[in-house]
Amino acid sequence: MGSIFNAQQIVNGLQVGSIYALIALGYTMVYGIVRLINFAHGDFYMIGAYAAYGAFYLFNASLGGKTGIVAFLVLAASMAASGAVALLANKLAYKPLRYKPKLSSLITAIGVSMFLEYFFSALPVIGPSYRSFPEIIPRTDITVGGAIISNYVVIDIAVAAILMVSLTLLVRKSSLGKAMRAVSQDKDAARLMGINVEKIISFTFLIGGAFAGAAGLLAGMTYPRIFPYMGIQPGLKAFIAAVLGGIGNIPGAVLGAYIMGLAETFASAYNSLIGEGISFAILILVLLIRPTGLLGEKTADKI
Amino acid sequence: MTRFKTPKLLITAAVVYGVIQALYSLGIINGYILHIINQSLIYVILAASLNLINGITGQFSLGHMGFAGIGAYVSGTLTTLIFKLNPSIPGSYLLFIVAILAGGLVAALVGFLIGFPSLRLKGDYLAIVTLGFGEIIRTVFNNIEYVGGPRGLLGIPKFSNFTVIFIVTFLSVAVIRNIIQSPHGRAMLSIRENELASELVGINTTRYKVLSFATGAFFAGIAGGLFAHLLQLAHPTQFGFSKSVEILIMIYAGGVGSLTGSIVAAFALTFLSEGLRLGIRALADATGLPIGGEWRMVIYALLLIFIMLFRNEGLMGTKESKVILIEEAD
Repeated sequence: MGSIFNAQQIVNGLQVGSIYALIALGYTMVYGIVRLINFAHGDFYMIGAYAAYGAFYLFNASLGGKTGIVAFLVLAASMAASGAVALLANKLAYKPLRYKPKLSSLITAIGVSMFLEYFFSALPVIGPSYRSFPEIIPRTDITVGGAIISNYVVIDIAVAAILMVSLTLLVRKSSLGKAMRAVSQDKDAARLMGINVEKIISFTFLIGGAFAGAAGLLAGMTYPRIFPYMGIQPGLKAFIAAVLGGIGNIPGAVLGAYIMGLAETFASAYNSLIGEGISFAILILVLLIRPTGLLGEKTADKI
Repeated sequence: MTRFKTPKLLITAAVVYGVIQALYSLGIINGYILHIINQSLIYVILAASLNLINGITGQFSLGHMGFAGIGAYVSGTLTTLIFKLNPSIPGSYLLFIVAILAGGLVAALVGFLIGFPSLRLKGDYLAIVTLGFGEIIRTVFNNIEYVGGPRGLLGIPKFSNFTVIFIVTFLSVAVIRNIIQSPHGRAMLSIRENELASELVGINTTRYKVLSFATGAFFAGIAGGLFAHLLQLAHPTQFGFSKSVEILIMIYAGGVGSLTGSIVAAFALTFLSEGLRLGIRALADATGLPIGGEWRMVIYALLLIFIMLFRNEGLMGTKESKVILIEEAD
């Protein structure tokens, strides 16, 4: 068997970590801006996977054979669908409670999450059972240094990296990103500077949702099966990753996600029960030892 | 002052018990309805105990059913696998009570162990940690072969009948009510209202948060034990996250901090849930359309969202926990 820390496990860990990172970014951005743990975020990921599933059959019928174009359209569809649902959830469920106690929004988010899960499994066209995900891009495996690497590993890591770099550029360089940072620091001051706070919040939900949608597509391709409750576990794990990195902190979410992905892969290789429990063990340790996360900043109670 | 109300409550409870028992023996209430009443009563314990943690102390817990699971498995293991009880054996009810209490105590102990480190966290973080613990507890049951693993613990003797459940529920609610109205309860309430301020006036906030959490876990464990001996099985999926959310819906529908609200909502939602189950099945049969039981949970989810959006204070409002404050001021 050899060590659990072999090349294969590292590759798998990075692949899982990339998917977690895309989900964790949405959690951390939304939390950074409205201080809400968006419980329904994992379900946006599920919606992305189903949108990709539908889009593939739609586009493949008309554009059959042109794999590249179809794959790109499928990615766009998954991101658009999840982004749209995130926008809608924000507008209908979260916005009316923006200035109410924080727990109201949290409970509403749980409601939105349950609604999406059960609504999708109640819809006859979707149903509660597993569906196998089509092979959008033909899968090929290559062996490098004892590890089997499929092209899906490369795709997962590359798509995640491209999206994360574009997000960093957006947040750091554009005026929209500047406005996002301003709103996350101080909503009232941002409003006084002429920033349309609600618009920025909507935009944040849109981007966060779109990233979760992309993650849903990648996960659908990788594992290849989808079901209405598929977002619960990855959603929780990605949330833990965001907390580990310091919630509200964008590089922190990515760092936390890769640590989580690797830790979970190594632990599962050792023992499946420990693999299931390790993420919560990490969460509890972080919250007890360093509640602000690896890259988060300390805040004190205001009197 | 409020202590003198207890006899009145006792009389009311006795009347309610007598009426239901009479209706049942007259055949007006059938076994099925009585079964739902039994379930509602157990949900009353669960909702009231979560209300102590969530509504009174203001600590948001999402893993309440995990504690019920501990109670169910511990008491079920004792009665089924260790004592090998059977209701027909004389004196077995005494051991059953021991088993139920043991389930509650183990749940309280676990609640204490979990609460001590995690109650230092606030609001939404606490929610996630309790959710995590609830899931870990479920995973553990899923993996212990001695108690049936993923198949669940089967063949638990049926000890929970209407009389037992009614008495236990009455005692639980009475104790929780007395805690709320005691100085300890007021300390818990002050933590909900303003943790920093209550700490500044000398309340040991960590102690009271852990106390409230462990007490809530104890009663959840008792409720879990009753459930196991009513349904005659304990299964890991009975104690998952969505079940915890159902209890949460009950306390928010009934009104945060209101015990009366919890009682009313536990009955209303248990009956609603059964009604929806039957209604959806009837609708599917009548129309021939593939309408699944998932719609029940869709309606539940929408109910939760609408309560939060349009009636934040719940059915009974926050009156009860406010009244205590006014009495205090006199």
